[in-house]
Order: sequence, then structure tokens, then C-alpha cells
Amino acid sequence: MKLLEVKDLRAYYFTPQGPVRAVDGISFDLEEGQVLGIVGESGSGKSTLGSVLANVIRPPLRLISGQVLYRGSNIYSMDPEKLRQLRARGISIIPQYAMNALNPTSRVRDIIRDLLLSHDASSDELNYRLKLARERALQLGLPPWALDRYAIELSGGMRQRVTILISTLLDPEVLIADEPTSALDVVVQRLVIQYLKDLLDNGAVKSMIFITHDIALVNEVATDLLVMYGGQAVEYGPVDEVLRDPKHPYTKGLMVSIPEPGVRIVKRPLTGLKGEPPSLLSPPSGCRFHPRCPLAMPICSSEEPPMVSVGGRRLVKCWLYRGERG
Amino acid sequence: MSREVLYEVDRLTKVFSTGFFRTTRIYALNNVSFNVMEGEILSIVGESGSGKSTLLKVLLKALKPTSGRVLYRGVPLERWDNRKYWKEVQAVLQDPYSSFNPFYRVSRPLLMAAKTYMPEASEADRLKAVREALEFVGLNPDEILGKYPHQLSGGQLQRVMIARALVIGPKVLLADEIVSMIDASLRVNILNLLYKLKKETGMSVLFVTHDLSLASYIADRILILYKGEVMEYGDVEAVYSRPFHPYTQLLMKSIPLVSRRWTGRITSTTIEFKTGYIGGCVFADRCPLATDLCRTTKPGLAQAEPDHYAACHYASKSAGLWKGV
Repeated sequence: MKLLEVKDLRAYYFTPQGPVRAVDGISFDLEEGQVLGIVGESGSGKSTLGSVLANVIRPPLRLISGQVLYRGSNIYSMDPEKLRQLRARGISIIPQYAMNALNPTSRVRDIIRDLLLSHDASSDELNYRLKLARERALQLGLPPWALDRYAIELSGGMRQRVTILISTLLDPEVLIADEPTSALDVVVQRLVIQYLKDLLDNGAVKSMIFITHDIALVNEVATDLLVMYGGQAVEYGPVDEVLRDPKHPYTKGLMVSIPEPGVRIVKRPLTGLKGEPPSLLSPPSGCRFHPRCPLAMPICSSEEPPMVSVGGRRLVKCWLYRGERG
Repeated sequence: MSREVLYEVDRLTKVFSTGFFRTTRIYALNNVSFNVMEGEILSIVGESGSGKSTLLKVLLKALKPTSGRVLYRGVPLERWDNRKYWKEVQAVLQDPYSSFNPFYRVSRPLLMAAKTYMPEASEADRLKAVREALEFVGLNPDEILGKYPHQLSGGQLQRVMIARALVIGPKVLLADEIVSMIDASLRVNILNLLYKLKKETGMSVLFVTHDLSLASYIADRILILYKGEVMEYGDVEAVYSRPFHPYTQLLMKSIPLVSRRWTGRITSTTIEFKTGYIGGCVFADRCPLATDLCRTTKPGLAQAEPDHYAACHYASKSAGLWKGV
């Protein structure tokens, strides 16, 4: 069952210097049970994509073209009442910088109560969800008293987990998690990932989009992987296949530039990619990766490569694979 | 080959008092002891709140310790003249964007460093030193010198900061989370540069990070901090192949990797709810092996094997837990 169909999505920031093409032609489907990991560096457009998918589009960001169909209906042309329902039980986002998303002058339990009331919860529903919140807080490693405190009394890591708790409390069908563990230490990070996987396993959440810069974290959560570079998708496929045998030179370069614990320069020196990520104000011509690509050919700087199939469900946006187009 | 001992840190303690009546005492550092040799890279690893930044501030003479002693080349830190000390010890900090004044070209901090620490040199010699330093860190001086900070990327700015330190020519570089804001594809280039510094100039580097993978990549030795105390300390190969402390083991098990997946589950009791016991082991409330002894008596840093120390009453027992991870 397809929950989301994303079709040629484009969203630009309109700045005095010109449009910044943060999301520039992204398409994918999200099936029930799928966890799509979206990996990219800072400035690759991955967070912008997350907000656009959640229909949080505020100036200077503008939707240019494309559709996001949730169970067949376009989220950008929904009437306000349907949109409100969508936000409650359809698509929910754990925003980036989640630790600053809470009103500091309310107790956490009051924030939760307000959320439930704004979505017309009955008193039974209200009590059930408040009880659920306390159970889930423990699963997230939050101390029992956390929900009774004001947000400012909690540490950054606790606030981030409280926001995760709130974003998932209504059991959305599609959960978009944007760098949900950025402020957490590795042990807590593992606990949060475990929590998100539990929600998927027990059916509370049907599918998830997990946005991160950490390719190893994607290995733990995702079923599929979308690699973003310069506002575009450059590689897509099942996570095991992409990580075992990356096709795009960018994905390859990214994977060999990350040391694992115990890997030492004296035994195995690694080389990172050369150059800098592209400016989305004036992206390079042709393939946006070509100035940094070790395998660049003449065509790469003049023509943009299409997304081509390289077998199975795998797609790559690179001229190296045009011969394999089927 | 006898290398000079640069730092001898002996039972260093830093206590912050907070609260309305300054009655709450926080042990940011508690009895921390270690050495730094000439020409080595020591990685200091810890989560947020482990005291790693406090430690670096003490070593930079930006904070006075509450008790304990830090000797730099045999002389207590407080007896060093600041200017002479900072000629030998320089720092690069986490956020490259806030290290620069956005109103001035990036050449300014470089030339100011040259002017301060090479007072006799001519203008031309100073500029030459700056250009050489930029070339060493892999930047083209003609491209960089006229630019403003906002025209450069985080990675480039961080290289400029390293170049600035190079102009001064210190013996020790204190690097506080210097790659945490740099993109994954470029991080390793900065680490390679630190290693080149050590190899080619014999500089010592104290590399502070929260990332165990980055820590082992360039380090000779490693110091693992938790809640202001040293948990494990020693040769990188030894610590990574045979971690003795249950805390180190928990960290190693929890890092996400491309090459393996987590097995089993962790329980939320491995997450701390309260601040550490001053009486017992600071890790006792999260430790699967903790006994009454751990809750009442603080374990000292004990030698487990040559150049490998762990602060655990049960270090020898816990080593077996590591198998199969």
C-alpha cells in the first residue's frame, strides 16, 4: 500500500541574491512498512525536503512544482479541515533542533494536553494518550518526573526526546524524523532508534522517513536509502545494496571517508572528497557533483544526467551508468 | 629515543558552585591524571558533560583548577608567563564561524598572530610565514587572504585557524571538537592534516571529540572521560581491542556502523537519571556489573596491562563481556 507518492518536487528559497534551489526535482514512493533514510551533507536540501513533505512551507521557501500524494490526495490542495486531520494522524514531523521546539513557559504535560485538545480528543482519548505518554517517556529513557517539569528545566537531550515523544504520541501513519538524535550521546541515540523501531514494529507508525547526515545510522533504521547532493537525489535503493555496493561516485566517496573505530591512519589512511559542497544559489552546470568527482567526463559538466535504473529497485543519477539503462 | 614529557596532569579537580546560595557543587573534573608526550596525538573522548572542554580550558590557562597540579615542561602552569605559554600552546575551537570577526578579512587574525609572536620580523617575512602556513594546511594563499569569513566554508575556516596556530609555531595544539561542524566527506581531510602536523613538525595534538571513530583514527593514545573522571586511558590499539571499562564497552556497542548492526536491545536503565555519586564510581548507576563496593568506594585508575589503565573494581572480569560485540 502506497502511503506517499512524491512527484518531481521542487521548492526554492527566494533570497535577494536569487532562488536557492534546495529541493530540485525529487521523486519517490513510500510504501507501508518502508523506512526511507535520506542522507546528505549540510546544504544538500534534506531538511528542506523534510519540511516540504510535512507541508510546512514558510517564506522565503516556496513550492515551485510537484505533488505529494498522501493515500492518493495531494497534500498541497487539501482543505483546512482535511489538512488538520492529516497533521494529527497522517504525517507528523520531528523537527530538526527539536530541543528548541518546546514552549519554555509550559509544563510538558500541559503541552501534551493542549496538543490532544486541539485535535478534539475525547476525555477517554485524553486519559489514554496521557498514560501512553508516561509509558513512552520511560522507553525513551526520560526520568519519570520529566513530564511534570517546564521545558527549561530539562537538558537539551531530554527536550529533544520530549519533542520526539510529542511528535509520535498521536501515532501518525507517516513519521518524518529530521536528525532526531543530533544532540544525543551515542547510548541515548541507540535508545531513541530502538524506540522508533518499536513504534514501527507494533504498528503505531506505518512508515518513516529518517533524515540524517550519518550514513551508519541509516544502516540501523532504514529499509531504503536516498542519497541527496545539491538539492537532488543522486542514488536510491535498498539500504543493504547501496551500502554494500554504492554506485554513485559521491556515495562511494562518502563511504570511504568515514573511519570506523579502531581504523588508524598509520595502518589505513583514508582520503575525503576534494572541494566543497555546491552553492544552491548558482549550482554547477551539468551534474552538480562534477567539480568534485574523481571520475568526471566531458559530458558531466555540460549535461545533467538522468536518473537511470541499474537493476532491481536501484536508481543512480550519473553518466557512468547510461549504458546500463534498461 | 627519549621524548620529553610535555604535560603532567596530576589529580586535577575543577569544581563549579551553582544554585542560589552557591551550595550545589558540580565536579566538572575530579582527580584527573594523565601525561602528554612530545610529538604524540592524545584523543580525549567524552559525552557532553564529561568535562572534556573544561579540561581543555584549564590547559589553555583560561580556567584555574580547584585543586591538583598541571606541569607543562616541568613547570607548574601558574608559573608560566602567559605570552610565553601561548607561544607554545595554541587552540582551535569547535565553531569556525564564531572564531572569526565577520567584518574583517581572514588575513587579519593570521597577520595579527604573526605580529604578536614575531615582533622583530619584517612585514614581508610575516606575510611569508602566513603564506607558508596556509600552503601547509592545503589552502591557496592568493585565493584565501582577501576573503571574508562568510565567503569560505566551515572546513576552509577551520584550516585557516590551524594555519594561524602554525604561524605561531606552538609545540602543542589543543583541538576542541574541531570537525564536529564539518561535513562527513571533508572531516577526514582535517584529521589527515592534524596527523601531517604531528609527523612533519613534531607537534603534539590534544584532540577532543565525542566520536570514538575519529578518536582512534589519528591518536597514539586515548583518554576516556565520564562525568569528570577518567574511565580508561592508554594506547589506542590496547583500549580498542581490549576495552576493560564497562563504560567503554557500552560506548563501543552503541556506535552505529556501516559494517555491522546492533544486536539485542538496551534498557533505559543504562541511561543516567541523576548526577554521579561523589562517594562511589560515577558509572555505578548505569553499570551492569555494579555491586555495593562500586556504590561506596571510588575505584582508582589501575594498570590493566602495559600502557593501558582502567578505573573499575572489576576491570578484569568485565573484559569478558566485550566478546561477541
